[in-house]
Amino acid sequence: MLSRVANSMYWLNRYIERAENVARFIDANYHMTLDIPDSANDQWQPLINTTGDHELFKKLYGEATRDNAIEFLVFARNNPNSIHSCVRAARENARSVREYISSEMWEQLNTFYLMINTAAKEVSMDLPHQFFVDIMTASHTFIGITESTMNHGEGWHFGRMGRMLERADKTSRLLDVKYFILLPSVDYIGSSYDNILWGALLRSASAFEMYRKRHGRIDPKKIVDFLLLDPNFPRAVHYCIVTAMISMNNITGSPRGTFSNKAEQSLGRLLSEFNFASLQDIFEEGLHEYLDSTQTRINSVGAAIQNTFFSPQNADDTADSRTLE
Amino acid sequence: MRFDGYDTEGFYDEVFDPQGNPRLGADLLIKRVNALPETELQRRQKAAERALLNLGITFNVYSNEDQTEKIFPFDIVPRIVQAKEWERLEQGLIQRIHALNCFIDDVYNEQKIFKDGIIPADLVLSADGFRKPCIGLKPPGGIWCHITGTDLVRGGDGEYYVLEDNLRCPSGVSYVLENRMLMKRTFPMVFDACSVQPVTDYPSRLLDMLQGLATTAVRTPNVVVWTPGIYNSAYFEHSFLAQQMGVPLVEGSDLLVHGGDVMMRTTKGLERVDVIYRRIDDDFMDPKTFRADSMLGVPGLMKAYSKGKVALANAPGTGVADDKAVYAYVPEIIRYYLDEDPIINNVPTYACWREDDRKFVLENLDTLVVKAVNESGGYGMLIGPHSTADEQEEFAKRIKASPRTYIAQPTLALSRVPVLVDDHFEGRHVDLRPYILYGKESIYVLPGGLTRVALKKGSLVVNSSQGGGSKDTWVLNAEGVPSPESTFQKQEGL
Repeated sequence: MLSRVANSMYWLNRYIERAENVARFIDANYHMTLDIPDSANDQWQPLINTTGDHELFKKLYGEATRDNAIEFLVFARNNPNSIHSCVRAARENARSVREYISSEMWEQLNTFYLMINTAAKEVSMDLPHQFFVDIMTASHTFIGITESTMNHGEGWHFGRMGRMLERADKTSRLLDVKYFILLPSVDYIGSSYDNILWGALLRSASAFEMYRKRHGRIDPKKIVDFLLLDPNFPRAVHYCIVTAMISMNNITGSPRGTFSNKAEQSLGRLLSEFNFASLQDIFEEGLHEYLDSTQTRINSVGAAIQNTFFSPQNADDTADSRTLE
Repeated sequence: MRFDGYDTEGFYDEVFDPQGNPRLGADLLIKRVNALPETELQRRQKAAERALLNLGITFNVYSNEDQTEKIFPFDIVPRIVQAKEWERLEQGLIQRIHALNCFIDDVYNEQKIFKDGIIPADLVLSADGFRKPCIGLKPPGGIWCHITGTDLVRGGDGEYYVLEDNLRCPSGVSYVLENRMLMKRTFPMVFDACSVQPVTDYPSRLLDMLQGLATTAVRTPNVVVWTPGIYNSAYFEHSFLAQQMGVPLVEGSDLLVHGGDVMMRTTKGLERVDVIYRRIDDDFMDPKTFRADSMLGVPGLMKAYSKGKVALANAPGTGVADDKAVYAYVPEIIRYYLDEDPIINNVPTYACWREDDRKFVLENLDTLVVKAVNESGGYGMLIGPHSTADEQEEFAKRIKASPRTYIAQPTLALSRVPVLVDDHFEGRHVDLRPYILYGKESIYVLPGGLTRVALKKGSLVVNSSQGGGSKDTWVLNAEGVPSPESTFQKQEGL
């Protein structure tokens, strides 16, 4: 397939996933602040930090309040990662590969964009819960339509790989920021306050119900285990990397456990790290250090994918390949 | 919804005769529409518009920064063309395209037509669309203009005339296909009752024609559609055609010339391209041959083309034959190459570089339509009866300064069709752009084409960039011939 088309498939999916994540972060945060009105305003800055755009935010707005945080994360045109910007970018990418994706995918995404666009015109920060639910549902619908109307060929795998890397990145950021804010409250384990805060963290990753089924009681370490290392929960970092690797192998045709280019190599290394990671080692190294290095490595996988598949001059660069016997 | 109060106001109406009775073939449509409950037609019109928006069937407007996409307005009442009428148009278009193709080939090769004194050489060689680098080119099968969209209008006398030949990258065919799809969705019963010739096989015919251009016979040729990118006003059409044909849509940056061949950059390295349906102007195709500042082009493309390594549709240089100055000579061109009289006539045309014509034009600016020969899209025009004295004076100056660049035509009383305006019908002026595919074996004319409507009351400008809309065009089958499309609908229970 054309490198440009692969690039668009990849980014189109990353942007939709990003929009979905931001919507969920806001929704979970908003509901949490309703439960603990006293500290309501302190909860918005960490949310901005989760998205990684705190410097831009500081420049544009200064101190975080509910209204400016929501404006920045949902509608701001000068924030390239606001929901509105993400959906617009996803649609632009879809437009440039409209002949490649199914008409159903295009129509759904276009309708999604028109919905956000209309909402942006009636700017009100008093957004109902339903608004964020609609965004998450639109993202899920898109994934479902993609699943059932498009060939599961190369382009589909590029899309899924993009979505998985984006999701892995967002879950690890969420954990990184929230864990350390919540840590002091460990003493209150079992209190309702604690359940609200840790519950909100899980809800930010759509993980509350599944966590309950898996581990039952709220326990910070088990939460880390669940969001980082669970092989079955679809928003856990480990699950995302396993799935991204399957797509990568499908794209390159390499057998499992081997690689034929830099991108596949760096993703494979990251995967084996997670395959053999243990919670104890992670806490010995330091959770923050571990999450930080995971994010850096996800970024370099992204850069390697860019160089290997999307940058035309390197499109046929397979010199650096090695196959394990 | 009723046609009762509809007034043709003395214009030739496509649906009603001057007595207000439906024309042959239109009676069924009128009966069905009249039978619809009040407001039902508006409801269906709204549903069609919403479908267009959700499907993103839009065009881009250059000047409009924030909202760059607009729906191409669509009117729900179809235009009807009789089988007999169409048969003659089809023959006339085939004849015209055949002759124009001969002309282009001659201009870039032997130039017999100049030597025989039919058309002045300097007029042709100074045309905006003339491309010197094309001299000596021999495209596969001698075909230059593979895809054409010819603009036809019907005058007050009920006759069709050719208004313009579009031989470069005519657009609009996607709207023909989408309009038909919308009509089948919104009006299945009416569609079924009239026996309408199908248009849906256009993409297959286009693909067959394009594959036929390949110079390699070893495998299924790689055909691509080349778009200038998502900001082009016709981007929807480019991606639509690529999707319907199942071929890649490429941008200039996807292509390169490598080892003499044209290749595209894929995730698995370079892959050869055999046929390019290019929707980009000559000027921007190859910075080494044409405009050096083109960022969209593929350096070395023309060299590969001239060596027969890749086929281009349309061939570069075809614009020489749709120059509005050359247009004035098309009847002569048809007689010269085919030894036949034109079946469809030109609109009478005054060429400002001829002294007598110029004098006449300058004296009659208030009644004529003046057109700059190198402009399109309804720009650079003076519509005499709708113009002010200042505008006329301005055009008089321009004509005197540069006579070669202007032609003038009488203001035609373009035929009209009923369109839905709020809760009633009003007449609006229309043209018709049929699409013609020139293949190695035959010339195919898509039955129907794009009916463009000047939606502004009294306006004669049908261009989408200036408030035009479109309608589905139904070419009826000769009596007794069942329509494949309506038969299909019955089977599918639609």
